[in-house]
Amino acid sequence: MNRCMIVWTLLLALGGAYLLARAVTGHMGLAYIRQRSFDAQAEFRGQIAEIDVQEQATQAAGMTLDKEKAERRNWLKTRLPAVQGIRWTSYDRVTPREQLNRNGQRDPDVRFSWSNTIGIWLAALGTLCILSFLYGDNVFYKLAEAVIVGTSAAYAMVVGFWSTVMQNLFGKFVPSLVRATVLPSIPESTQSEWIYIVPLILSVLMLWRLSPVGGWISRWPLAFFIGATAGFRLVHYLHADFVQQISSTIVPLVVFKTDGSVEIGTTLKNSGMVASVLACLVYFFFSIEHRGSIGRIARVGIYILMITFGAAFAATVMGRISLITDRLTFLFDDWLWWIDPIGKRVGL
Amino acid sequence: MIEFFRHLDRRWIFLAMFFAIAIPILTGLTFPEDPSPMVRSVFQTVDDLPEGSSILIACDYDPASKGELEPMDAAFTRHCALKKHKIFYITLWPGAVPMIKKNIDILEDEFPNYKYGVNYVNLGFQAGQEGVIKVIVNELQDMYSFDDDGTNLDGIPITRDVKNIQQMDLIINISAGTPGAKEWIQYAATPYGIPMIAGTTGVGAPPLYPYIPDQLTGILGAIKAAAEYEQVLLEAYPEQCNNPRSRLGQQRMGSQLVGHLLIIGLIVVGNIVYFSDRKRGKV
Amino acid sequence: MKRTVPLIIAATVGFVVIISWFIPYAQSWGQNVMIWFDILAAIAIVLGGGNLVKMHLRKVSDRRSGWGYSLITLLAFFTTLAIGLSKFGVNPSELYPDYVWSGNHLQEGGGFWWIYQYLYLPLASTMFALLAFFIASAAFRAFRAKNVEAIILLGTAFFVLFGKTYAGVIVSKAPLEWISTTLGWQTDALEMFRLDRFQETIMDTFNAWGNRAIMIGIALGVASLSLKVLLGVDRSYLGSQE
Repeated sequence: MNRCMIVWTLLLALGGAYLLARAVTGHMGLAYIRQRSFDAQAEFRGQIAEIDVQEQATQAAGMTLDKEKAERRNWLKTRLPAVQGIRWTSYDRVTPREQLNRNGQRDPDVRFSWSNTIGIWLAALGTLCILSFLYGDNVFYKLAEAVIVGTSAAYAMVVGFWSTVMQNLFGKFVPSLVRATVLPSIPESTQSEWIYIVPLILSVLMLWRLSPVGGWISRWPLAFFIGATAGFRLVHYLHADFVQQISSTIVPLVVFKTDGSVEIGTTLKNSGMVASVLACLVYFFFSIEHRGSIGRIARVGIYILMITFGAAFAATVMGRISLITDRLTFLFDDWLWWIDPIGKRVGL
Repeated sequence: MIEFFRHLDRRWIFLAMFFAIAIPILTGLTFPEDPSPMVRSVFQTVDDLPEGSSILIACDYDPASKGELEPMDAAFTRHCALKKHKIFYITLWPGAVPMIKKNIDILEDEFPNYKYGVNYVNLGFQAGQEGVIKVIVNELQDMYSFDDDGTNLDGIPITRDVKNIQQMDLIINISAGTPGAKEWIQYAATPYGIPMIAGTTGVGAPPLYPYIPDQLTGILGAIKAAAEYEQVLLEAYPEQCNNPRSRLGQQRMGSQLVGHLLIIGLIVVGNIVYFSDRKRGKV
Repeated sequence: MKRTVPLIIAATVGFVVIISWFIPYAQSWGQNVMIWFDILAAIAIVLGGGNLVKMHLRKVSDRRSGWGYSLITLLAFFTTLAIGLSKFGVNPSELYPDYVWSGNHLQEGGGFWWIYQYLYLPLASTMFALLAFFIASAAFRAFRAKNVEAIILLGTAFFVLFGKTYAGVIVSKAPLEWISTTLGWQTDALEMFRLDRFQETIMDTFNAWGNRAIMIGIALGVASLSLKVLLGVDRSYLGSQE
């Protein structure tokens, strides 16, 4: 074992021992939840009672109950038999300080959560695995990278499926089936829109790309996609980024105040804008050789663009630093419990 | 000394950056914020709207940009709630759906009088990027028939009379890239004249400046602007001073300052080494 | 058939979208095209996931270098997919408690939410946060004031880097106060030279002007590329001759 290995082993052993000691004594990385029981029939009866009370109040005032509320009450009453016996317990995450209520006593609804605690530790260790890349490529980083690649792809698929495919394809094409399973709020009167067979067929053709045979058929929906993109981008880029931008650049070069004197600040800004935009556009004109006066104007354009890129670089630095700040705040606050900037553990 | 920097292993630079960020976080270093005219203008855009105006907040970012955009997202949510505006949450990024839920948590925890379905609604995510904007500027329910929890929009009071987003009084877009502020400007704000403000990452802000003021009313660029916006909010609504969560952006500015100074120092030292080598004829 | 039909589809769809913008009568056609576009975009996400699976399965079956990590990727993928599609751990909607699958797939406490909160969010955020370190290394190794353009770029970067933090106020406050007291100039008039205000001026002027020119150029490029696609001149999206 060389010296470097010994140092690393010692550091890891000490660090591990520290984490173990703090974890075992309950001084880091713990998560708590507040339990909430839901009894469907009780909830519905409660809402019916609430509307009854509102009805009495409106009648006492000489008015009638809102038609919408009356319809809702009828709907709740018709659904009572269907929801009989349906109960579950859900939970919301709470900060550790919420273990204690206002009187400083233990809140019986708040309890320690194993799944969220394991989650915090997994998130912290995953963060450290990614950060280990800074020392050098290693198996922990590659493991974390493999996990994030698989997870992110599946996440996007699931969200895309439940949001768009289910609601806007199946929900329009076979609403009765979707209403019976996933989206019961689809009105009973909703009819199937058979025109949606077109996107359904295009979707199947698109997925045919994965097949070893006949993958060429996926060009048809791809062409649809590309054609639509070309169509709307042509119009909107020209409108917003060309016509409007030129319109915004056509400004008076000399601006006068109401008393007839020159408004120096705005004049300089307008003149500078027109000159700079023209200079930059001359630089982008590569079909003319940049010599003589064209060359000099193009050089001014380059200088303006360098200022633009310098500002962009500085803004990029700011952005990246704030990302690592967020991650380190998570490690120091939620995992290690070294800091408590928003008072999650005050009083403990 | 120059020899030391000439052969410096980049891992020492990484360690220096780590300490530059970590120490301000551990010590809670913060600085006063003096909001710029741009930030004040963005604030006034939201604040000058009459109470109960309809605001579309498009949260177009994902966990990768959460560190930079979450503070301004939260600040916009708090400001709209303080002004009692109607909030319509939407996103074009699949990873942003839980970010919207965090905003809803803010409304539930800090504004108990704010009711879901009456004062705010979460429309959630739809795939299609700028294609979604193209659809909902004409007919909202062609794309969003339900809210994120599957409730029919016809059954939600706040969305019942909304035909399309041209009825919005303001679009607030918190954007990390594409689709984002540029797409909302191109497909909603410019063609239909809907007022819009944007909050973007640092790298996303510079390309949007040409849109100001004709197509985009104002922009909050990077965490600095978020911290300044929080300051303006605290000045206008002093009761928020008791809420430590309302200073999320300001808490991160200490690390920003030290980090920036480190970057400047590294550029200077790197150039000293370069010019020293050039003088010695090595370059 | 394999190449002609897609060209016709692309042209037809593209011109329908353009025409629907200009002719109100055709607006509903354009609206339908865009709705189908959005559905296809969701299917494209599914296709992307499928491609990922295909690629990694091939890597595992061929036993190429790093196939073990591909196995981890596939495991993470299918686990997330199964939990998300089955809405594992998700309670039904409180309005429709008798419909087992009526709950939101990202409901807090559900399996899919847990994966997002404790795997996807921290790992994705940290992956991008690494860039802060690499930007520092790049600043040291690569940013050289070799010529006038580089000096302008770095100078602007310095102004903006200072100006975007309180360091800008600290550095510029004392000199401006000295100028104000020595030369008797108004403090308000000098405020624009304070670094935090000055960087805003740089962003609002030079940065905006340069980006405007870039934007105009890009708009022309997009317009010409779109026309080439719609007219069938650019067929690169069709892939190989097959």
